[in-house]
Amino acid sequence: MATLNVNIGGLELANPVLTASGTFGYGEEFADLTDINALGGIIVKGTTLAPRQGNPAPRMAETPSGMLNAVGLQNKGVDYFIEHIYPRIAERFSSEIIVNVAGSTIDDYTEVCRRLAPLPRIRAVEINISCPNVKQGGMAFGTTTDGAAEVTRAVRAAWPKTLIMKLSPNVTSIVDIAKAVEAEGADSVSLINTLMGMAIDVKRRRPMLSTITGGLSGPAVKPVAVRMVWQVAKAVGIPVIGLGGISDTNDALEFIMAGATAIEVGTAGFVNPRAAEEIALGLAAYCEENGLKSISEIRGII
Amino acid sequence: MEVDAKKVMRDFAVADVRPMGTYALLEMEGDLPEGIMPGQFVQIEIADSKTTYLRRPISICNVENGRLWLLVRDAGAGTHKLVEARKGDRFNIIMPLGHGFTVPAGKDTRILLAGGGVGVAPLLYLAKTLHDGGICPDIVLGARSKADVLLREEFERYGRLHISTDDGSDGTPGLITANPAWDKEFDAVAVCGPTPMMRAVASICAGRGIPCEVSLENMMACGLGACLCCVEDTKDKGNVCVCTDGPVFNINKLKWQL
Ligand SMILES: Cc1cc2nc3c(=O)[nH]c(=O)nc-3n(C[C@H](O)[C@H](O)[C@H](O)COP(=O)(O)OP(=O)(O)OC[C@H]3O[C@@H](n4cnc5c(N)ncnc54)[C@H](O)[C@@H]3O)c2cc1C
Ligand SMILES: Cc1cc2nc3c(=O)[nH]c(=O)nc-3n(C[C@H](O)[C@H](O)[C@H](O)COP(=O)(O)O)c2cc1C
Ligand code: FES
Repeated sequence: MATLNVNIGGLELANPVLTASGTFGYGEEFADLTDINALGGIIVKGTTLAPRQGNPAPRMAETPSGMLNAVGLQNKGVDYFIEHIYPRIAERFSSEIIVNVAGSTIDDYTEVCRRLAPLPRIRAVEINISCPNVKQGGMAFGTTTDGAAEVTRAVRAAWPKTLIMKLSPNVTSIVDIAKAVEAEGADSVSLINTLMGMAIDVKRRRPMLSTITGGLSGPAVKPVAVRMVWQVAKAVGIPVIGLGGISDTNDALEFIMAGATAIEVGTAGFVNPRAAEEIALGLAAYCEENGLKSISEIRGII
Repeated sequence: MEVDAKKVMRDFAVADVRPMGTYALLEMEGDLPEGIMPGQFVQIEIADSKTTYLRRPISICNVENGRLWLLVRDAGAGTHKLVEARKGDRFNIIMPLGHGFTVPAGKDTRILLAGGGVGVAPLLYLAKTLHDGGICPDIVLGARSKADVLLREEFERYGRLHISTDDGSDGTPGLITANPAWDKEFDAVAVCGPTPMMRAVASICAGRGIPCEVSLENMMACGLGACLCCVEDTKDKGNVCVCTDGPVFNINKLKWQL
């Protein structure tokens, strides 16, 4: 049997398949339909210090091979997560649970991390400095090297375990941002978050989303994401987590060959809730068929 | 709290299609899960099309003889494929989803079901469930004209049917809110249809103090409560997911201005 084990800056994953934040709830929503424990881990919804109501409806518009969303980080806040959600999912799921953390100030990020730090089953956080859907929602930090470095430095001091910085594709050079967060001690980078987009209902002469612009995800963004993962993986020494439009094993292999150590499945799970589980099985089968001892043998071969 | 039925993802085959102009009734065969409640819906995959990447939410119209009925209105690319479906075509379906209508326990409950357009779909299974429980509901259906009244014979089986048509070609002319069905007293009202219709019915109910449930059709991506795309603002809980807390809501919970 080939090994699918991967290590993300100290975090051991049984296989490289994770679920993308905001697309898989807390795992529970999908548990009737797929085996959560067959995944390397799940990344839960963006969590903020205070509860957030998110943006008004409509928050979603379908576009060719993808969708725009403008959820705006609706969540019940970190304390609710710790008290009510964490105990349930920590007991129910054995795969890794990673919390996606968002904020509008540096102190927001560090305080959420401090509160999460004592939870034994949370061995990694993914810091969202790339949400395009809230004004002070992180993307302000994620679009400059100085901003990204500043958040990373502060969170690094507050979070002793694995630190993953989630990068925005809405920048001139994602490589520069990746290097900046690596220099400040990030253990890993994940990319990409959604691409800023927009759609108009021509009949009603109105934007499709309440916020006018939103984040594009799904198969439509995959080639952009593969390119960015390839560029970043060449430029940094820390493990890269690749995502953006991954729907099947073949897509996952593309990201791994481009240099990703692990991958996340997002929007595809809305269409096929079993997509992530099928990819985990598919990667094992691929290794078997191709005589690989470890999935790492094909990492970054392009 | 009731325990939600386990969700399943399975292929269903079209066993029969009843075309009705821009609508079609599909009878689907497959391994139906237990515990389907009226007002719940399915997420159906429209494969092999880049413009219909996401699944489409469709109400459960009926469950009969082990078949799942879906009443579909051709509203765009996805529903068009469903309306055009042929016997033997297979579709992948996730079900049962959402929180349905309240089914009253008392056999003498006086309940009115009000529906318009494709909104009559979930009311049929509700009427059947009430009928099976010994309740004879009043049902008022609204349509543009006689030819547009959907599932008339099926509804007649399960309750007292009243019709309203815009052009007066059947039943009472005008909107369903003007139908003489409203002359009676009711303990509960369930409504599904275009938003202006649901608002009009809800405001009658508010005026008379009758509990009223509406079924919403917000834009959905996952249908599972994970993406938070489908939210509706509520008085007690703020933004909630229509796909899990709804699609059926008591109007008192919503922030609708009536
Ligand atoms: C809980 C629920 C139950 C539903 N039950 C039924 C049913 O029983 N029968 C039926 O025919 N339709 C039903 N609908 C509406 C149906 O889902 C939409 O008509 C369908 O998704 C449109 O897809 P399309 O590809 O045909 O059209 P598109 O080209 O995607 O859209 C065509 C038009 O439909 C609107 N639309 C798109 N998605 C939705 C949506 N989720 N809800 C409402 N309007 C939408 C668009 O704004 C657009 O104006 C239901 C919707 C919900 C949320
Ligand atoms: C509905 C929705 C909600 C999302 N919420 C979050 C979030 O809370 N935090 C975050 O970092 N990314 C969020 N994302 C972005 C995804 O995690 C992912 O980066 C993006 O969708 C690209 O991957 P995909 O094409 O596989 O979906 C969200 C995406 C969608 C579609
Ligand atoms: S459609 Fe995804 S949460 Fe309701």
